[in-house]
Amino acid sequence: MSDSIERRARRRAWGLVLPGLAWTGLFFLLPFAVMVVTSFARREGREIVLAWSLQNYVDFVEKSFLLRGLVVSLEITALVVVISVLLAYPLAWIIAERVPARWQRTALILAVLPFWTSYVVRSYAWVLLLSRNGVVNDALLSLGLVSEPLEMASTRFATVTGFVHFFVMLLTLTIYANLVQLAPNLKRAAADLGANGWQTFRHVVLPLTRPGIMVGAFLTFVLCIGDYITPQILGGNNELVLPQVIMLQLGRRADFPMAAALSLVLMAVVTLVYIAVARWMKMERT
Amino acid sequence: MRPLLRALPWLYLALLYTFIFLPVVVLVLFSFQDGRLPVPPFQGATLRWYGEVLSDSRLMAALGNSFLVALGSSALSVLLGFLAACGLARYHLPGSALLRGVLIAPMTVSYLIIALGLLSTLNAAGLPLSLWTVGAGHVVINLPLCFAIIYASLGGHQVSMERAARDLGAPEWKVMWLVTAPMLMPALLAAFFLSVTFSWDEFIIAFLLSRFDVTLPVEIWSLLRSGLSPKTNAIGSLVFLVSVALLLVLEVTVFRKAGRR
Repeated sequence: MSDSIERRARRRAWGLVLPGLAWTGLFFLLPFAVMVVTSFARREGREIVLAWSLQNYVDFVEKSFLLRGLVVSLEITALVVVISVLLAYPLAWIIAERVPARWQRTALILAVLPFWTSYVVRSYAWVLLLSRNGVVNDALLSLGLVSEPLEMASTRFATVTGFVHFFVMLLTLTIYANLVQLAPNLKRAAADLGANGWQTFRHVVLPLTRPGIMVGAFLTFVLCIGDYITPQILGGNNELVLPQVIMLQLGRRADFPMAAALSLVLMAVVTLVYIAVARWMKMERT
Repeated sequence: MRPLLRALPWLYLALLYTFIFLPVVVLVLFSFQDGRLPVPPFQGATLRWYGEVLSDSRLMAALGNSFLVALGSSALSVLLGFLAACGLARYHLPGSALLRGVLIAPMTVSYLIIALGLLSTLNAAGLPLSLWTVGAGHVVINLPLCFAIIYASLGGHQVSMERAARDLGAPEWKVMWLVTAPMLMPALLAAFFLSVTFSWDEFIIAFLLSRFDVTLPVEIWSLLRSGLSPKTNAIGSLVFLVSVALLLVLEVTVFRKAGRR
């Protein structure tokens, strides 16, 4: 009797979970498996032939323009993560510590408001600012700081600026959440023990917010290294990041196997960094 | 020295807010540009570009498609996420940790990879690209989010009410529809609106999985190829307005209420 009730409950639970599970299986797990298999295939003319060969991965290592994509991606992402954290931390700290409590929510909403412009449009807006006859050059020229307009659009500088703009907002949010969770007692205790503001920050606040920084930085890393739009609109075609190289394989050459292999390389890099961050977090906690 | 030191945080605040808002301000300002190029000098205000956007049938069709895909895929994501969350939070299933992991998994993979996988599969199966395929992709990215939000708010405090409803003879679907769902309304709305904003702005999946019927970000993308134009600024400003309106709705209806309780 009780067994049958339990069995009925279990069947009902499966009935509830199954639709979502089926969707994930059909439109995520299956496509992913197809992609892994495709990465071992070969393109012959317009046909894709399953050859079970590692040729795509060998090509990735041997053809310098493919490998170069990964290197450029890593360089840009590292720059973006470091600059974004350095800019966002003080902002989050000021909002948490200096802005009066009743204005903090407003300050935070304002800080992330442009987050909600269309992603494509936001990159385009930076083109308006950085182009040869754009707003920044116009300001610099009229202030007499430069005599010739600077070439800023279609450079790595532009890509990094566009990315940093996006991730400063994201990191401010995550770091702020971490900062307001700190017990005020800890700071008071530090002050009682004779620490000045800087020492309290250096030895109490900063170490305690390090996990929050790491999580935010990891999120920045993942979103930055996998993004195609910002480098494509702002960086131009001078140096391609890995997602641009992947899209090139698709768009110009219809080389699905190569695109799949490169995507899996991208994913492997992200996974490696994830494992490193997870291990670090574990060490930090013990 | 002292007053300078005290002013420093405010100076920094002002500088960073300028950095954060500069692109948006320039975008909106030059959407009123009375000239062909959205660059300085500002030549005075006109609404001409907004008129051109509103009378551009391709842009308006893309706008409609975006709304359709965002609302449809978000509704389905919330429904699937809600059902799965109920199943996993209320019953003991073997391997429930693994099931949760599978449901959350798409969150950890970049959109480009999800799009590419779907594209390869559709190609291999010989299925055509359409708004439906874009919507299917958007459910993939939003289902984990909806599931996580709803699962997190399905605590023990609603269980006794569900039991009471069951004792009074309500069948299981009535318990979920009339008791559980209304109690979870803030979480359901938050999940829905967040999904809408993500789907509404998503580019790479929509770009790779659509052919003739495109969504707004994809249409804006092709507009960018024709160079800088105040028209792009105008449509960008409109998109910003819609997103902020959605955010305000969410803030006023969901978070304020949740905070007050």
